[in-house]
Amino acid sequence: MKRRRAERYDRLTHPLVREDGVLRRAGWEEALDRAAEGFRRNAARHGPDAFAMLSCARSTNEMNYVAQKFARVVVGTNNVDSCNRTCHAPSVAGLSAVFGSGGGTSSYQEVEDTDVIVMWGSAARDAHPIFFQHVLKGIRKGARMFAVDPRRTGTARWADRWLGLNVGTDIPLAHAVAREIVHAGLHNTAFVERATEGFAEFAASVEPWTLQAAEQVTGVPAGAIRELAHAYARADRAQLCWTLGITEHHNATDNVRALINLALLTGHVGRYGSGLSPLRGQNNVQGGGDMGAIPNRLPGFQDILEPAVRARFEQAWQAPLQPRYGLNLTEMLEAMGEGKVTTCYIVGENPVQSEADSLNCVKRLGMLDHLVVQDIFLTKTALMADVVLPAGAAWCESEGTFTNSERRVQRVRKAIEPPGEARDDIVILCELARRLGHDWHYDGAEEVWDELRRLSPAHAGMTYRRLADLQGIQWPCPSEDSLEPPFLHGRLWETDPARRGRAAPFAILRHSPPVDLLDDDYPLRLTTGRRLDSYNTGVQSSGFASPLRRGETVELSPEDAARLGVVPGEEVRITSRRGSVVAPVFVDPGLRPGLVFMTMHFPDEVDTNSLTIEATCPIAGTAEFKAAAVRVDRLVPAKAG
Amino acid sequence: MSAVPLQPPRRLIEMTVDGQEVRVPEGATVLDACAAAGKDIPTLCHGDTLTPKNACRVCVVEVEGSRTLAPACSRRAEPGMVVGTATERARHSRKVVLELLASSTDLSTTPRAAEWIGEYGARPDRFGPEAATVAQPPKVDNDLYVRDYAKCILCYKCVDACGEQWQNTFAIAVAGRGFDAVISTEHDAPLTDSACVYCGNCVEVCPTGALSFKSEFDMRAAGEWDEPRQTQTTTICSYCGVGCNLTLHVQDNRIVKVSSPHDNPVTRGNLCIKGRFGYQHVQNVGPSDG
Repeated sequence: MKRRRAERYDRLTHPLVREDGVLRRAGWEEALDRAAEGFRRNAARHGPDAFAMLSCARSTNEMNYVAQKFARVVVGTNNVDSCNRTCHAPSVAGLSAVFGSGGGTSSYQEVEDTDVIVMWGSAARDAHPIFFQHVLKGIRKGARMFAVDPRRTGTARWADRWLGLNVGTDIPLAHAVAREIVHAGLHNTAFVERATEGFAEFAASVEPWTLQAAEQVTGVPAGAIRELAHAYARADRAQLCWTLGITEHHNATDNVRALINLALLTGHVGRYGSGLSPLRGQNNVQGGGDMGAIPNRLPGFQDILEPAVRARFEQAWQAPLQPRYGLNLTEMLEAMGEGKVTTCYIVGENPVQSEADSLNCVKRLGMLDHLVVQDIFLTKTALMADVVLPAGAAWCESEGTFTNSERRVQRVRKAIEPPGEARDDIVILCELARRLGHDWHYDGAEEVWDELRRLSPAHAGMTYRRLADLQGIQWPCPSEDSLEPPFLHGRLWETDPARRGRAAPFAILRHSPPVDLLDDDYPLRLTTGRRLDSYNTGVQSSGFASPLRRGETVELSPEDAARLGVVPGEEVRITSRRGSVVAPVFVDPGLRPGLVFMTMHFPDEVDTNSLTIEATCPIAGTAEFKAAAVRVDRLVPAKAG
Repeated sequence: MSAVPLQPPRRLIEMTVDGQEVRVPEGATVLDACAAAGKDIPTLCHGDTLTPKNACRVCVVEVEGSRTLAPACSRRAEPGMVVGTATERARHSRKVVLELLASSTDLSTTPRAAEWIGEYGARPDRFGPEAATVAQPPKVDNDLYVRDYAKCILCYKCVDACGEQWQNTFAIAVAGRGFDAVISTEHDAPLTDSACVYCGNCVEVCPTGALSFKSEFDMRAAGEWDEPRQTQTTTICSYCGVGCNLTLHVQDNRIVKVSSPHDNPVTRGNLCIKGRFGYQHVQNVGPSDG
């Protein structure tokens, strides 16, 4: 069956302003004046915290640095965040709580040189294909790979063992693995004693999770859990990699901590070949956080509550900083609903289509007094704006840097001129800052980067010159004369306690099943994810003619399709407690009965996120995209006979 | 416990290339040694990211004491080796290889082929107008890349890139024997019915232009492809957090092709469909905005 292609988006080539309820073409001066005036008006009336900024995880480090500085210095609020909230904020929260740093601990090369690879909730074969090539090199060199995923994904097809767990039972599975390791005496006692704390309490807390108890809850055979536990614990080196299957849950930070517990138990962290790797979903979601485009950290991932840190930035920026955390994306949306945030500046994000429970998000953005959207396309979010500012595409129309999943900062270079009147993000931000009384001027991205390097010790040694010569440098890089090892937290293996530093704490966690409960009315578990040839809300990837693209479908197991009496291609209605959509059926034998899969790539055809639940992680604010309860109904009654 | 495993120290090997002493690290190939001696040896099937296949034989050199000519791209350098790159025998062999290839295959888009044919005095037309060729119409069965097997020299690089050396997709393999051997999908199905995932990693390694971007193919057909006017800029892909390096080939402010640096630690020359072909969104501009 042929589906129509998703609509193609055309580049924004001139500014737009809203007049009498509709967006019309405007000149830059008028649009910038209007944008600045609205920010000024709202900040004067309600204070700086009525302003919220969504920075762009796809733009450069330099742009994110200037954007967070705009929120903090020009407006005077810490209300700045980005879409890292919808994906890996829990990984950052979990890793920084344990190790004091929010980055993945390993390098891609290490996954080639390791003995056991665990891919947990990660469809990397399709979602991170080039990372998976490093995994395949590792497998070809003899590493064993375990895939933990409710779906039998492309990743699972390359695994030695596929552990197909029930959605949202990652903690019971991790706990059972931990208990088995402890009971078999395979935990690394030297490492546990020296470098961790809270082992006894942790061991006691996992005691109820016998292999049999875990099999009942997770659906994974006890023998497979045991095999994973023994292989991971006995390995000389092991890599534990995860993606959104871990983080898009209401208790996501706990999920991340459950995996970190396993690394602490076995000493699989802080050594070459052993580590923890969250695979980031967007080109610069790591960098956006590193640059301080998050409500609780200043550039260099430095805590805003530290008086000494704040003092240094206040001195450098010649402006006072609020000594408290700002609102994260989820809280911003709530505050919009409550009338506390009245103006918002969104750069390159499309929350109307990317947020869970999208109908609610539209309602909240609609309550704003003044919304400014800066983007390369007229997205559904931009259509709601009072002022739309056309930007250059960061990755090919501007100079700067991105930071990838292995913390490698790499140079982004301008290859083409932006179309029409579109301008560089940083130029636009500086124009707005000038209109709000801050005479900012940067002679290009390198000047921004050098300002950042003076303030962030982790980036201090990364000159543009060195980044080009070395094909990128992994942070931390405090000196221009040397390079650090490619993995983090080697300090945990030091014998001298002073050099070892703070012990890494085990976390005591409780299993908390998905919020959206299954019942007779909503008996199927919907989980969402990406496909190989498409990307997020499809605004970018709809631009090229992929032979693989088949539009949105609802993927059912063969068993469920037979039970419902539906055939491939047949349109069915999918209903959750929040919304309802129609999509054609695709039968995937990689799904187990009771599990339904959809993507978020074609929201203009099928708004999958009208089904998902905005049950958020209380620590990191990430929504439970991976677990909604749905019902699938035929549109036409079954034919008799 | 060592923090980072160090590469074992590599000894240097001393050998002679065309009477000149050269030193190369243990494990290097004769081709590396020739490069170190400043010799320009033609290669076609050799790929810097692939295991040598010894398919084309255009890089052969004379090794003293060896009965047959040796392919420089795969022969390991040995201490005391005496290599002649421009001996009568080696030059003659290269000439015949070029004549056989150029008489049967369209080398019009193979970089440097015309130069080598001149340099070695090869006469591809000497087999007469009846010489067998692999001429056939290009296969255009999707919007992303074209397979023009009239230009294929059967070097196997695409098969290796698609298979276990990089992509592990196994969409293509060699079918048939002898002169009738061809690179083919399973049952010669169109790409759209094959296992192909459109990573374009086969296009990246193709030495003759048998595999090419549809954008390049169309522009060549229209006489618009103008490499000297193109710029190449390496930047970072915007589709996920892996951080793949993309080299954008730009002509008249439009991206016309995407490759990746072969020595890059993230990609090693490989990309996925989004990185290789997903650039179009930045240059979709509405008709009124031209």
